Amino acid sequence: MSQTTVRTWDEFMEGVWRQNPVFVMVLGLCPALAVTVSAVNALSMGLATTFVLTCSCVLVSLLRKLIPKEVRIATYIVIIATFVTVVDYLIQAVSLALYDALGAFIQLIVVNCIILGRAEAHASKNPPFKAMVNALGMSLGFTIGLFALGAVREILGAGKLFGVALFGANFQPWVVMVLPPGGFFVLGMWLLVFAAVARRKQRKLAEVAQNA
Amino acid sequence: MNAEATLPQTTPAAAMVRTLGLISAICGLIIVAAYQGTYDAVQENKRIAVERAVFKVIPAAKSIAEYVATAAGEVEKLGAGGTVPAGAVKFYAGYDAAGKLAGIAAEGGAKGYADTVRILFAWDPEKAAVTGFGVVSSRETPGIGDKILVDKDFLANFPLEARLAADGQALAHQIRAVKHGSKANPWEVDAIAGATITSRAVGKAINDTAQALLPRIAPHLDKLKEKS
Repeated sequence: MSQTTVRTWDEFMEGVWRQNPVFVMVLGLCPALAVTVSAVNALSMGLATTFVLTCSCVLVSLLRKLIPKEVRIATYIVIIATFVTVVDYLIQAVSLALYDALGAFIQLIVVNCIILGRAEAHASKNPPFKAMVNALGMSLGFTIGLFALGAVREILGAGKLFGVALFGANFQPWVVMVLPPGGFFVLGMWLLVFAAVARRKQRKLAEVAQNA
Repeated sequence: MNAEATLPQTTPAAAMVRTLGLISAICGLIIVAAYQGTYDAVQENKRIAVERAVFKVIPAAKSIAEYVATAAGEVEKLGAGGTVPAGAVKFYAGYDAAGKLAGIAAEGGAKGYADTVRILFAWDPEKAAVTGFGVVSSRETPGIGDKILVDKDFLANFPLEARLAADGQALAHQIRAVKHGSKANPWEVDAIAGATITSRAVGKAINDTAQALLPRIAPHLDKLKEKS
């Protein structure tokens, strides 16, 4: 791989892994806990956020030299709100059932701090391509986070994955998992897993450093 | 050193207005394009969703027509654009394959355990009874409140008598939910044990809408009998 592809890849993986919005930065928890009662809902929310995040970061990046610093937050919000409105219409056009399932959380993408954060911290300082790669990485990280929550909650709380029953008729669904508290339980478990992985990696690195 | 030099550099107001104007114009264009581009698909989706819901509660129906019963006691076809006049109640007439009235469906809502339970129920003019219902929106507890759609004893409540009183101004008997096992009359709803509040909401939702709607449409039933 050449130097530039390595850098692009690094930029992309930043959001997917090292700064994963859900598991590392613990941001955007409102949609992450509220809509992840099933894998389909979680993936759709992830895709909707991906669309909004990527489009608004590219537009912010294109206009970054034009935007006066005094009104930058207002500008970002207008741009983000525009793409949220677009995605709102798109979801209604694709499926009303999905639109009802996601409810107010589609409109609430406007106030998702990941998006405003990316626009302010990254897109406003970088050229469009870099901003797009970074936004795509962050979105993928967010989508993976939502999917990890949604899939586990659907399996435990309904005994299904993507609406397909996984267990026999005798399976008694663990209903609390699809209720609000279940979101916190599953998020807590995933955070434990991620913390354990991170600690093990650190220990390995320390060992290598000692041996060297 | 003069005072001006110590101030941070500011952008002239004209530049800010220009940028904000430009960005608003771009955003406006994007929104209008998205609205126009998805309009047909969204309307079609909404129509299919309504049809499906009505077909579910009136199984014999093959086509539907949307009507409103106005506060003045008139029954009119819902105008283009779908706006319901103030004080009017919207309802759907379901017609079978031969174009004969198979039932009337209307929406109702009442406070349940978690939020308003909105239902769509079917009324059969010949039997003067509510023949069934479907849930439009509900946030009731999964496994408890959502049993209203699957509990056999609860579904046995239907057909549920909804007959107008002799003066035609209200129902002869108010529809309401009673404690599980104590149903004594055909107009009472036998509540689900453990989901009494949700059962009560279903009863109240049917009653409220039926009380408002049925007296208005009863004089016009002949007009609705055949598909126009």
